[in-house]
Amino acid sequence: MKAKTADKIATFVIVTLALLIVAVLAGLLGYILFRGVSHISWDFLTSAPRKIRAGGGIGPQLFNSLFLLVLTLLITVPLGIGAGIYMAEYARPGRITGFIRLIVEVLSSFPSIVVGLFGLLLIVNIFGLGFSLVSGALALTVFNLPLMVRITEQAFRSVPSQQKEAGFALGLSKWKIVTTVLFPVALPAIITGTILSAGRVFGEAAALMFTAGMSSPRLDFGNWNPLSPSSPLNPFRPAETLAVHIWKINSEGLAPDAAEIAAGASAVLVITVLIFNLVARYFGRLIYRKLTASRRMN
Amino acid sequence: MRVQNNETMRVQSSKSRIEKHHIEDLVGRSYMSFCVLLLIVSIVSMVYFVTSRGISTFAIDKVSISDFFFGTTWSPEGDHPSFGALPFIAGSFITTLLAALIASPLSICAALFMTEIVPGWGKKLLQPVIELLSGIPSVVYGFVGLSVIVPFLRNVFPGQGIGVAAGALVLSVMILPTITSVAVDALSTLPRNLKESSFALGATRWQTIARVIIPTTLPAIMTGVVLGMARAFGEALAVQMVIGNAPFIPTSLFESASTLTSVITLGMGNTTMGSPHNNALWSMALVLMLMTFLFVFVVRMLEKRRSI
Repeated sequence: MKAKTADKIATFVIVTLALLIVAVLAGLLGYILFRGVSHISWDFLTSAPRKIRAGGGIGPQLFNSLFLLVLTLLITVPLGIGAGIYMAEYARPGRITGFIRLIVEVLSSFPSIVVGLFGLLLIVNIFGLGFSLVSGALALTVFNLPLMVRITEQAFRSVPSQQKEAGFALGLSKWKIVTTVLFPVALPAIITGTILSAGRVFGEAAALMFTAGMSSPRLDFGNWNPLSPSSPLNPFRPAETLAVHIWKINSEGLAPDAAEIAAGASAVLVITVLIFNLVARYFGRLIYRKLTASRRMN
Repeated sequence: MRVQNNETMRVQSSKSRIEKHHIEDLVGRSYMSFCVLLLIVSIVSMVYFVTSRGISTFAIDKVSISDFFFGTTWSPEGDHPSFGALPFIAGSFITTLLAALIASPLSICAALFMTEIVPGWGKKLLQPVIELLSGIPSVVYGFVGLSVIVPFLRNVFPGQGIGVAAGALVLSVMILPTITSVAVDALSTLPRNLKESSFALGATRWQTIARVIIPTTLPAIMTGVVLGMARAFGEALAVQMVIGNAPFIPTSLFESASTLTSVITLGMGNTTMGSPHNNALWSMALVLMLMTFLFVFVVRMLEKRRSI
């Protein structure tokens, strides 16, 4: 009966360790929300940070993070979908395809700090864009593009091949099939993946420290002229994001309530990522239902 | 007359439709080529720029390669500047290996829990947990590490709390999702008949796991471990916040140390482009990049073994 005892012990250990992971996540989320949520208020979310005195907020940083996310997705999504379609529908197995696949793999495992350094050298210095939202968005594009390519490729591969064959039988061109037959079917998976990748972009800091910069100019939220330097919409101004702000106040924060601000900002960051996760899940399920059961009922 | 007209119109329209098809395809193809080309250009220029800046330590500042890789003194701004990067290289390797050692057993247990022990609700419970863990931003991990793990270590063990152990603990939680999801994929694609024949021979579940399931899926699980190590090696801010940033090779787990990424994070903003100090930081970025290549190479080797 020794084998049975060993089996019982092993099962116990595996279950314990698996539940430990659940406990770690629960502890993490609980700690962040417990410490942070009490500090979140409308004032905290909208007011500007203060260097030395207590009571500063994270308004500009939150805005910068969201604006940067929009800019990044505007660049990444079309590019990623294009390259993803190529990988799924056009690439023939061979050396070149293998090489592109290797590139996507290497690019996606690059440390984000190296991407940030590359952005500092090429985009900030050589292109002369300086520490700006555009520089940050371009660096994040390098960081996010391989993921987008992978998401698109998988989404297109999961479309049943009959759909494509039917299109060919109708005499459509390949590009027409891709855009009008395959793309709508692949879209839910692409959207879900994009929202999840948005969470990753939203929390990224290492690639942004040396591209979007670690400071934010005084913003005038009444000024919506994108060319004015104090306008929040100006894409050529430096922009410290929420994640970079958390890092900065943890390492060199001087305000007496730096720890509370860090906790509040972390909670905001985590809540936003949670929302992205939930929306992606809900959206994926909704679209899936639309595409399967409800259509059959009509 | 009218019939003829119709005929010619049809011919014309079919002709123009063919042209339209060609144009559509051309537009589509050139758009995709542009995207793929951009991907290639971005990686080629990244490799080029990081390499060209990285070797300037050796080419322009005449630091010998062995001094850089095996020198233990880091004082880039001193009267006799010395650029020994061994403390940082050692710090990166030690934290990465420790993190992998902590995270791998946990991840494998989680994967077994999800696929072998309770495949139904085990997966329903742990899948979202793993996804959420991978979604938490690294600065938040750093913040929690700084405000929970560091004080805990300070109270329980000698030292200041910050150091290699704190860094490895934070990293291990961060790479847990990577290893777990790869291990789950590997375990769930295992052919059923292997398991069933083992049970048919009278083996217990643990015997099946230890002698059939783990050995068969080991290359795939190792892929996950290597991917996790790649993430740990390149992680910058979370580690930098808890490791203490002392430029020495740590002699104990609770001693302040530095990694390649933490030194770059702290130094890059305070040095001018082209100075020897700055160049040395770029050389470390080059080391990070080469390690990325190595990790990808190992993953590919493991995947090859898996397909045989």
